[in-house]
Amino acid sequence: MKTLVLLFIAATPVFGQVPYERIRDAATEPESWLTYSGTYGAQRYSTLDQIDRNNVALLQPAWIYQTRSFQKFEVSPLVADGIMYISEPPSNATALDLRTGRPIWRYRRSLPQGIVTCCGQVNRGVALLDDQVFLGTVDAHLVALDAETGQVRWETEVADYSMGYSITVAPLALKDKIIVGIAGGEYGIRGFLDAYDPTTGERLWRFWTVPGPGEPGHETWSGDSWMRGGAPTWVTGAYDPELDLLYWGTGNPGPDFIGEVRLGDNLFSESLIALDPDTGELQWYFQFLPHDIHDYDSTQVPMLVDTVFQGEAQKLLVFPNRNGFYYVLDRVTGEFLLGTPFARQTWALGLDDDGRPIEDPETIPSAEGALVYPDDDGAANWYSPTYSPQTGLVYQNVREKGGIYYLADATYEPGQIYMGASRRVVPGEDPKGFLRALDAVTGDRVWELELQSPPWAGLMSTAGGLVFSGTMEGDFFAADAQTGAVLWRFQTGGPVYANPITYLSEGRQFVAITAGNALVTFVLPDDPQ
Amino acid sequence: MMWTAIQTTSTWVLLFCASVILTPPARAATQPEELNQGRRLYESQCGSCHGPRGNGGKGANLAQPRLRRATDNQTLSTIIRRGIPGTEMPGSPLTSGQVSSIAAYVRTLGRVPPEAVVGDRASGEALYTRLDCGRCHTLRGRGGALGPSLDDIGARRSAAHLRQALLDPEAAIPTGFLQLRVVTNEGRVLTGVRVNEDTFSLQFRDLSGQFHSFWKDELDSVDKLWGRSPMPSYASRVTDTQTDDLVTYLVAVGDAP
Repeated sequence: MKTLVLLFIAATPVFGQVPYERIRDAATEPESWLTYSGTYGAQRYSTLDQIDRNNVALLQPAWIYQTRSFQKFEVSPLVADGIMYISEPPSNATALDLRTGRPIWRYRRSLPQGIVTCCGQVNRGVALLDDQVFLGTVDAHLVALDAETGQVRWETEVADYSMGYSITVAPLALKDKIIVGIAGGEYGIRGFLDAYDPTTGERLWRFWTVPGPGEPGHETWSGDSWMRGGAPTWVTGAYDPELDLLYWGTGNPGPDFIGEVRLGDNLFSESLIALDPDTGELQWYFQFLPHDIHDYDSTQVPMLVDTVFQGEAQKLLVFPNRNGFYYVLDRVTGEFLLGTPFARQTWALGLDDDGRPIEDPETIPSAEGALVYPDDDGAANWYSPTYSPQTGLVYQNVREKGGIYYLADATYEPGQIYMGASRRVVPGEDPKGFLRALDAVTGDRVWELELQSPPWAGLMSTAGGLVFSGTMEGDFFAADAQTGAVLWRFQTGGPVYANPITYLSEGRQFVAITAGNALVTFVLPDDPQ
Repeated sequence: MMWTAIQTTSTWVLLFCASVILTPPARAATQPEELNQGRRLYESQCGSCHGPRGNGGKGANLAQPRLRRATDNQTLSTIIRRGIPGTEMPGSPLTSGQVSSIAAYVRTLGRVPPEAVVGDRASGEALYTRLDCGRCHTLRGRGGALGPSLDDIGARRSAAHLRQALLDPEAAIPTGFLQLRVVTNEGRVLTGVRVNEDTFSLQFRDLSGQFHSFWKDELDSVDKLWGRSPMPSYASRVTDTQTDDLVTYLVAVGDAP
């Protein structure tokens, strides 16, 4: 009887009724996946526990959706009321029937020639708010779609794509705003974070991550270097509704590898910024890496963790950074609390008491070539970490791979690459990947699982005591969150460049991941006996 | 020192990249200014992935006379302009002049100076058969898969390199041909060349050419013998003349379409 009732509900979707309050309280609605990281706290942790350590070995594919694009399929899907909302590369969106995987509507964007993206014309997901779906595009527009039909309600130009701007990030919907970041840090853009009115598409505020004349932080850029200072915002941030603070990571200063032309700390590149979401005003910032010359974008997902730190209950922000250090900040004040390496790194000799790195000059790109760990793909990257309140552990997929950097010319031309070095692989190196579990409070390594190669897969943890991950060789697997023992695996046939999610459909827990050109969902058998 | 290391890397990367001949330049000579512009653009736009001298990195090795995807000048220019869908090779919004200057420069990266080969092709062919090279190598679809295919080898590799590969095979191990020593949980010891590996499984061919597939939890140990080759040195098994003959044969079959 219960099954029948659930079936009826699931078969009658109520399109796109996702008010802000639902997203804010997403932790109480684990059957859905309403925002990029699952909740505003961005832990990518689900309280669903139907799939657990004891039965995960039985997990099997349910349905597969194939994208027709050959770009990397990086989407983290959203799930609400019987519908899965995905983006597809380069800048498309599709609504899928959660029961069958069959498309309900498709939005296919015609793109102009001349779009530049450093690392593929990709998209990491959509945002949902009320009855609309929001999609950023590689031609740097924000599009609002009717959640029921996929028809365009409005679209607005966020920036000029011909200047090297693009959008690959999943927007973040909060209160009455759509927050969207920008990519283009390899093209001499001037970075920002924007908020838009979900009804009209009007821009409500813009926070320049590279301050202009007269703005605080402008003095950290020599000459007119601020005009092409980079500091993009291409990975979705987090939000604390209680503190009413929006948290976002910022990317590299431009040109990536040449510091002489932009003397100074280059605020607010390589930083965690905390903004008032109503005004876009900066409340605090912490700069992980002043004056970066290694292209270590600090564009990871900040995770908001409430726990006891050094004897006191604290509101923390934890951040495994692409630069190889695990950071713990006080998310009320921005105070630096802890920074410790979680991966092989040679660029810094250490951090001082304020968390400012002491850099090794030997690793600065040079004419002769300078070896550094990690390379500019980082020890981490855009793919998501996860935090499990059940174990108190932070999980991070780690890349251990070096690079040799040769200085090259960087002449700014609009829309052209503006980097200033070229990279060589380290001769004879066999790069490795690891899934590592860190004590959230100390950063100490609790366990690790060696992977065949440096991964690009994000992670998700669940109350079933599991961590889900993928590999470049196409494996999707579940590990015991306590021990790292692999309890289940499935060969998908394509590299995993995406973050897993989980949800209920007709009362049963599913896990979804994209791999290669496919979005694959998994479920336990009807009758596990 | 560093450059030596890079050269070594490029050598083994070069050895077995496949396959299509890059059409010779339409013009007899490219203007030096164009090449200079191409070099500058290459260094700023391409070098971060393809390596400062085209030796490869995240992107393909371009320092070879044959580019697998760039079958002709136009294809090369199209790839530079539009990128390669499904890969990390992005398009670039460049003028046609800029694109052709990069293409011209890329071609210089793979220019292998012609070398005189003095051996006898027919004797080389006979020797190829007598030494049973085809046990591990294929030519025109026939032979074993333990070692790399020798199709087009003369166009991809210099005669000097082929000579070195015969006399001192471990001087340059080709990418994708990692020798392994594996012990199974039952204590069986196998030596072979890796076909594929992921976090959970391993496939390889043993030295007789037989294919094996294992889950890693079925294996007690896996030793990766970096820098080792199952190919024996022929230095003490062939004369200088025979080496010339064999190299001449390989260069000749490589040149033939």
